[in-house]
Amino acid sequence: MDLTLLYYLVPSIIMFACGVYGFITRKNLIAILISLELMLNSIDINFVVFNRFLFPGQMEGMFFALFAIAIAAAETALAIAIVINIFRVAKSVDVQNLTKMKF
Amino acid sequence: MDLSLSIITIFLPLLTFFVLGLLGMKMPKKTAGLIGTASMLVTTIVAYGVALNYFFNPDFMVGGVREAQLVFNETWLTMGENLKVSMGILVDPISAMMLIVISTISLMVHLYSLGYMHGEKGFQRYYAFLSLFTFSMLGLVVATNIFQMFIFFEMVGVSSYLLIGFYYQKHSAIAASKKAFIVTRFADLGFLIGIMLLAYYCDTFDFQTLMSNPGAIVGSSAGVTFLGCSAASWAMALIFIGGAGKSAMFPLHIWLPDAMEGPTPVSALIHAATMVVAGVFLVARMFPVYLATPEVLELITATGAVTALYAAIVACVQTDIKRVLAFSTISQIAFMFTALGVARPELHEGVGYMASMFHLFTHAMFKGLLFLCAGAIIHMVHSNEMDQMGNLRKYMPITHITFLIACLAIAGIPPFAGFFSKDEILVAAYENSTLWGVWMSVVAGLTAFYMFRLYYRIFWWSKPDYSHHTPHDCEWVMTLPLILLAVVSCLAGFIPFGHFVTWNGENYDIHLNWTVAGTSIAIALVGILVATVLYRKENSVPDRMADSVKGLYKAAYRRFYMDELYQFVTHKIIFGIICKSIAWFDHVIVDGTMNMLAHMTNNASYAIRKLQSGSIQFYVWVYFIGALLLGVVTFMLLI
Amino acid sequence: MNVVGNSIVYCVIALAIIVFSVLSVTSGKILRAATYLLFTLFSTAALYFHLGYEFLGAVQIAVYAGGILVLFVFSILLTSKPGNNAERLTSKRKTLGLIAAVAGAAVCTYALFSYFSSEVVTLFSTANTVTVEKIGEALLGTEKFQYLLPFEAISVLLLACIIGGVTIARKR
Repeated sequence: MDLTLLYYLVPSIIMFACGVYGFITRKNLIAILISLELMLNSIDINFVVFNRFLFPGQMEGMFFALFAIAIAAAETALAIAIVINIFRVAKSVDVQNLTKMKF
Repeated sequence: MDLSLSIITIFLPLLTFFVLGLLGMKMPKKTAGLIGTASMLVTTIVAYGVALNYFFNPDFMVGGVREAQLVFNETWLTMGENLKVSMGILVDPISAMMLIVISTISLMVHLYSLGYMHGEKGFQRYYAFLSLFTFSMLGLVVATNIFQMFIFFEMVGVSSYLLIGFYYQKHSAIAASKKAFIVTRFADLGFLIGIMLLAYYCDTFDFQTLMSNPGAIVGSSAGVTFLGCSAASWAMALIFIGGAGKSAMFPLHIWLPDAMEGPTPVSALIHAATMVVAGVFLVARMFPVYLATPEVLELITATGAVTALYAAIVACVQTDIKRVLAFSTISQIAFMFTALGVARPELHEGVGYMASMFHLFTHAMFKGLLFLCAGAIIHMVHSNEMDQMGNLRKYMPITHITFLIACLAIAGIPPFAGFFSKDEILVAAYENSTLWGVWMSVVAGLTAFYMFRLYYRIFWWSKPDYSHHTPHDCEWVMTLPLILLAVVSCLAGFIPFGHFVTWNGENYDIHLNWTVAGTSIAIALVGILVATVLYRKENSVPDRMADSVKGLYKAAYRRFYMDELYQFVTHKIIFGIICKSIAWFDHVIVDGTMNMLAHMTNNASYAIRKLQSGSIQFYVWVYFIGALLLGVVTFMLLI
Repeated sequence: MNVVGNSIVYCVIALAIIVFSVLSVTSGKILRAATYLLFTLFSTAALYFHLGYEFLGAVQIAVYAGGILVLFVFSILLTSKPGNNAERLTSKRKTLGLIAAVAGAAVCTYALFSYFSSEVVTLFSTANTVTVEKIGEALLGTEKFQYLLPFEAISVLLLACIIGGVTIARKR
């Protein structure tokens, strides 16, 4: 089995599609965030794979993934803080109930 | 007095206007009136000094011709290389004469109003407006160029508007002031277009430049015609229309009778003596240019003659004494226009011009007097209607005598002022053509008739019940102007007017043409006699005569339905048909287009409002699908 | 490591990624979804190890699995009422999500296959020599392909996030 680029990209695509599906269908805000993490993760895989197969002598893709992970951590922390705050105000984390700021 | 002092006559009334207008309400009524009158007295003295100096100082006679003097001329607006609008003072025979006329009548009215307007609300405002009017009128007559004249033309229109609408709580006064303003403004549109044409072809506004080469407009516009008339004729005719509007010539006369809604002294000042002759003055000022366009002079003659006859007939049947006087004014101004129209240098040394100015002068005096008398009567009787008067000669002797003098003057009985001036006009008319001569003689006879009808109805006729309030002569501030003006009306005829004002500045000796004079005296006497027979004692003959020609009487009483005609044209045709269709276009097409756009936007917004659901997941879905589609499109394009 | 062994490892990792991804978005319980996400992240870390990026795999486990997941679990416990966290999806939403996911996957797959199907580079034909020493030099250098500035920027960003998170979430 020749493990070429495509072998590694296909799981990444499926992971991304799962993220999209989850993002659109989930009602719980935290579940939506989880879907978001899935999507981010699949993109990280892409960077690393491209780096590994197309530019083997370099490290740029890896570093990009590294920074992306750091930023994902920051983003998640902030998002969860917001979610908790919303829960305090609205007593719910269901997106369909969060209509306070609708027109 | 030095001519440069004439600047005082312009700016003192303006200053008074500002003082009274801004501070008037802070001061007692009497103070305001006295300030106005005192300033007017100073103005009058200066104006007399300037005018007499101009007329009697031999320095201004060069080679037998009285030269016009340009006292001030400051450039105000530069429109082109040669085209400049200046502001200045031009003293020449007619402006010097007008200085005298305006300041005299204005002073009399100021004095008279102290009594007449006593206790009125807005007394200070009244005096402020009088000053504004005096300023505008003086500025008009000393204008050095036609544009300055136009500006002051408008300003007298404004002051007239303000004064007619003085009783602004009275509905009829408001309507009358609006009517006067709109009609004269409409005519001034013609004036403005005429000025533009003139400036375009002659490249100047300046009177002296125009006068020095009066044929310039004809020469420079040669070959340019519109509707069969040359551009020069159009320009001069349009300028005449401006003057005709201000001077209430047929068919633009409709505003003047209604303007009698204003206080009576205002009628005396503005609507009898000064402002309404602005049109005559305008034509006289431009006279050398008019000589180059004789067809316009024909138009002026015809307009004047028709108006004179029309107004005289209408005046015969009116019952409101101020309206009789108003139509008499229209008729007399028409006399002046006719005199100008028939004047030609080759006919009797251009006597028509001199006669017109002479009549302007004398008419201002005796018509002012008539209005002031009417004011005194109205002040006592509290009504404008003849039916409320009668037999007043026993109660108001001074008013009676002065009124009689004025009537004799206007009827043309020697030795009163009107005889001399009217005689000269008739001479000029006969010189031009017998038709106009006979026509004007008839009108002169009618004048005598309606004036004495008025006189007898007021001072003789029957005695209404005055028991609740016995009329008597007014206080001295009101009778003094009457007496002064009566004296002037008696003596003004003997002024050798031809020595002062002629069309070219040369001396002209008035010779009475006894054929014409005798005829006119005879006609006037006939008119007076008829009036005496009909109206001396109360009787039913006039009513029966009116009944016998009921249609004509009613038509004349309704002023030959001119107002109704205007009403019809403006309301039914202009408002009803033209404006309605334009309004329809505006509402349906213009507004409709905009409304349709708004409706479409609105409906489209409602339709797509659901997209703005606030659900972030749906947004992401749309975004994602859009990105995918873009990707697909890019992909297809790349392959 | 030989080819067959690598292929087997790959298959296991790919299968784990796919299965746990799908489970994490379809699971009815939110806590389970988080757990499946944890497994997905572990699988991803394994993929990094498999590709020869040991440091990255370590970071993935430490930050994602160790840090973020803990945050998730805490927030889930804070916000969920017991027994009332089941998914209740409308079928319309589900269809929409399915369409988007399938369409996205199809388009991306098609694009990838049409571009990289002729690619012959395999895992074994290339060498990977990423050492922690090289990473450390790259992170703290200012030359070309060195990342001191982003490194510092990230540290400031993290600080800002800490402050922001505390400010937002603290009780008033």
